Amino acid sequence: MNWHRISALVLRYTFLYTRSVPRIVEMFFWPVMELLVWGMLTQYLQTGPFKIPGFIKFLLGAMIFWDILYRSQQATTLSFLEDIWSRNLLNIFVAPVRISEFIVATYCVGFVKTLITAAGLSVLAAVCYHFNILSMGLALIPLFLNLLVMGWAVGMVTTGMIMRWGQASENLAWGIPFLIQPFCAAFYPLDSMPAWIRPISLAIPATHVFEGMRAVLAGQGLSFKYVLCAAGLNLIYLTGAAIFFRFMYGKARKQGLLAKLGTQ
Amino acid sequence: MAESIVQVEHLRKEFKDTVAVADVSFEIHRGEIVGLLGANGAGKTTTIQVLLGLTTPTAGRIRIFGQDFESHRVEILQRCNFSSAYTGLPSNLKVWENLLIFAKLYQVKNHRQKTDELLELLEISHLRRQITGTLSSGESTRVNLCKALLNDPELLLLDEPTASLDPNIADKVRKLLRRVQRERGITMIYTSHNMRDVEEICDRVLFLNKGQIIAEGTPQQVIDQFQQKSLEDVFIQVARSGDLLVEEEK
Ligand SMILES: Nc1ncnc2c1ncn2[C@@H]1O[C@H](COP(=O)(O)OP(=O)(O)O)[C@@H](O)[C@H]1O
Ligand SMILES: [Mg+2]
Repeated sequence: MNWHRISALVLRYTFLYTRSVPRIVEMFFWPVMELLVWGMLTQYLQTGPFKIPGFIKFLLGAMIFWDILYRSQQATTLSFLEDIWSRNLLNIFVAPVRISEFIVATYCVGFVKTLITAAGLSVLAAVCYHFNILSMGLALIPLFLNLLVMGWAVGMVTTGMIMRWGQASENLAWGIPFLIQPFCAAFYPLDSMPAWIRPISLAIPATHVFEGMRAVLAGQGLSFKYVLCAAGLNLIYLTGAAIFFRFMYGKARKQGLLAKLGTQ
Repeated sequence: MAESIVQVEHLRKEFKDTVAVADVSFEIHRGEIVGLLGANGAGKTTTIQVLLGLTTPTAGRIRIFGQDFESHRVEILQRCNFSSAYTGLPSNLKVWENLLIFAKLYQVKNHRQKTDELLELLEISHLRRQITGTLSSGESTRVNLCKALLNDPELLLLDEPTASLDPNIADKVRKLLRRVQRERGITMIYTSHNMRDVEEICDRVLFLNKGQIIAEGTPQQVIDQFQQKSLEDVFIQVARSGDLLVEEEK
């Protein structure tokens, strides 16, 4: 692992994102719109007969947390796509860059972009709805990191898919997080879900993060159990994703797909 | 005889239902400019891509700088570079930003000085602050070449570098490549289906047809071998005889 090369790749994405207004706007546009809509809806509901204590906290917390997972996955895959779109992919792959260095660079970009979006949303939630995510204290760190890492794992899988099946699979890549969303107990507690879904949910790292988040927001503190489950599952998924990616990379080289993707 | 830079033994590359490269062996020595020529689909690009590790061979052995490619990929790529009319640099970055990224990627020492020197050599110093996407094709070819020379490559692979250029600019680029090769002793592999390109720039040509080398030698030797007047005539003869064969098979 060579950090000079990784930092060169990160520099490439830094230039890319800081030089492009649409890309900066894109980082905030959807998350902000969602936060506004759902935040206002919840505020409205709180005034009616359906009061659930602390519901707005749970919802806003879940939205910000969901976005961490989603953005982390997107940023990882988007970095690869940006190189395809600019026909730069071959230049990168004929440079003395190890595939692991390329991946780590996309992780770094994912980390920074996620942090920025999450910070932006947190400020907005504090200003508009008096929800201060920092009130979660240090518990935020392990929860954030676990979502970030899960996003990396999913991102690596979607990048592998695009490498193998080309840009036709792009939409699928964007859709995959939403395949996970209903099962990961983001917006409702695990207990409220049908019993047959629960085993699936428990196998998803994010489920434990969201459960942990609700516990913290309800003032119960962060149980070690949640962090351990999430981290353990993440380790398994990240390893699995790396193996999947390697396999897809091998396939892509065998079938000459890198060159195709890079010159289309 | 000069040191051997590239050794390819019985290279074969099959895609699902195509044989892109059937059985190709060649050796390239330090300081040579070798042209890979042949009609569309002859297997030129595939050969270059295998040499760069973008595609894995179905069979055969590749050694570059005397080392096995697969087991020394990063070390070998550190000493090579590549440019093609079909790749580009990120279009929304400035020229200097793109060059800086690649200078860092190849860990070029004194990269600022190196970049200045190359921009000057390629006569594009004035483009440094321009957005890459706004360059004309002649300009972007030269910027791509600048990227390809940043790490002082010992082996430079060029896939149709002049494909999108008008004859005047193409001529300039050829002269420039010649000069760079003379001054720096770079070994080059150059693909093209522009025969004049090849005649002018290459010390030696490998004539590919349907994934096989059918002739090899200096441009003049190949011309003589086919008893033609120019490489272009050889090219046409090979292409038409291919058509004849196909017709006979029918
Ligand atoms: N990734 C690929 N998948 C399937 N077939 C391919 C691929 N790349 C090249 N080919 C086929 O291999 C043959 C040689 O292609 P190529 O090396 O690009 O030729 P050239 O560069 O000489 O024009 C062609 O028939 C082409 O269609
Ligand atoms: Mg070609």
